[in-house]
Amino acid sequence: MTSSVAEPQSTPQEAGDIYGRFVGVRKVFGKQEGAMIALSDVDYELRKGELVALLGPSGCGKTTLLRIVAGLTKPSGGSVVIRGREVTEPQDDFGFVFQSPNLLPWRTVLSNVLFPMEIKGRLDAAAKARAVELLEHVGLGKFLKSRPHELSGGMKQRVALCRALIHSPSLLLMDEPFGALDELTRMEMHELLLGIRRLTGATVMFVTHSISEAVYLADEVLVFSARPGRVSDRIRIDLPYPRAASQRFTTAFSEYERRAGAGLGVLHHA
Amino acid sequence: MTINAMKISSEAVTRVAYPVLGLLLLLLLWQGYIVLFDVPQAVLPRPLAVWNATINNLPLLLSEGRVTLLESVYGFLLAFFLGIPIAVAISSSRTLNLMFYPLLIATQALPKVALAPLILVWLGTGIESKLAIAWLVAFFPIVVDTATGLRSTPTEMLDLAASVRATGWQTFWKIKFPAALPFVITGSKVAITLAVIGAVIGEFISSNEGLGNLLLVANSQVNTPLAFAALLALAVLGMALYAVVAFVDIALKPWFSEVRH
Repeated sequence: MTSSVAEPQSTPQEAGDIYGRFVGVRKVFGKQEGAMIALSDVDYELRKGELVALLGPSGCGKTTLLRIVAGLTKPSGGSVVIRGREVTEPQDDFGFVFQSPNLLPWRTVLSNVLFPMEIKGRLDAAAKARAVELLEHVGLGKFLKSRPHELSGGMKQRVALCRALIHSPSLLLMDEPFGALDELTRMEMHELLLGIRRLTGATVMFVTHSISEAVYLADEVLVFSARPGRVSDRIRIDLPYPRAASQRFTTAFSEYERRAGAGLGVLHHA
Repeated sequence: MTINAMKISSEAVTRVAYPVLGLLLLLLLWQGYIVLFDVPQAVLPRPLAVWNATINNLPLLLSEGRVTLLESVYGFLLAFFLGIPIAVAISSSRTLNLMFYPLLIATQALPKVALAPLILVWLGTGIESKLAIAWLVAFFPIVVDTATGLRSTPTEMLDLAASVRATGWQTFWKIKFPAALPFVITGSKVAITLAVIGAVIGEFISSNEGLGNLLLVANSQVNTPLAFAALLALAVLGMALYAVVAFVDIALKPWFSEVRH
């Protein structure tokens, strides 16, 4: 691959330094009576360069946790410390990918990708070159001047991914980014994400409600249960890298899926 | 391919042919009614008489139409350029919103025609009073629709702004305002039509020029073909102005694709 997409070099196997610490993170919506505990006392150590999947049913607080880490939502208690600093607001070296592509429809593909740089006042030739490079990397080199409404759902989400990566974030936060895509497009996006992650070495937190997606992508799966939202299981996924689609059909893979399913309560422990 | 092309062109023909057919049918009924009941021209002129009056008075219609056109356009522009800043103010400040928004809605219960005589007293019989009336009727939809647009920015877009640490100013100019543009256009479509009505009301109350005035003069002289010709000119004027806004609407298609649901 080309040079500037690749930045820090560390393979997931070598990674492992602590990148972030979550201590007693909780979130309560509403007042005393009738208050809804969205997230209850999550403790976690996020290791550098790892991809952590937050897996759970809707309403289990996984998106709330992601938003707290992103600095978009304030926790009701506890703290999220990333690289030694408590997160109280969005950080410059975070990238966020939303559930919907969330592109600005009046901007071209290229200018959507450049949006964060424009806001940060870093809209220079280097930024433009990087944007073009990222878009070429995800196969959208021919669509720089297109408008979002001319693209398919998968293409839009690729643009959104490029936008999240434009400032070379050290932490990539993804909120069910592929949930709305069809199965085949989703599998393509998985390969793309794993590739980009291998190149950039970014730490990734990935919210999903798909068991197989979580197992296929992650180094570690945090399984959430609902009401109150809490982590019911932590599963290390020791499948070899690079992950390949054929691994989806191995016994080891099914075993991880079964355990995650049990954590979700959709399967009972054998 | 060719079958598709044929389908499209036959669809286009249908879309043009049927309205024309409808119009011809109406003209035929109109003519038939006059012939059948022997209606005098002073009450209802024949279609052909209206057509002849239009052709014969074309220079007059054009010069009077120009007056009404300018009154409408200036009134609309006034409403547009005063309405948008006011919408921005009431949608970005809760205090201003609470203070003035209910008042703004309340004033809408007032028929603007009722204000026309007063405006005449204040501003005289010149173009100023017509502008004021046109502005008055066109102002409201622009303010309300723009304010609605500014307050219905999709939350995910606001999250995006927050996630890249955009300032309030950046969030407004790069997200909220462009996202509200479809609403501004919707308001403008209503406003431009109302502006023409406002201008004509102004001319009715007191004026010595414009299509509204021509209509009154023709009526008082029992020159119904000319009165109808003036009505026709007003219709053309209104449609032309609407078409301009509709054209802007189409040009802004990228906005409409996703912002509005």
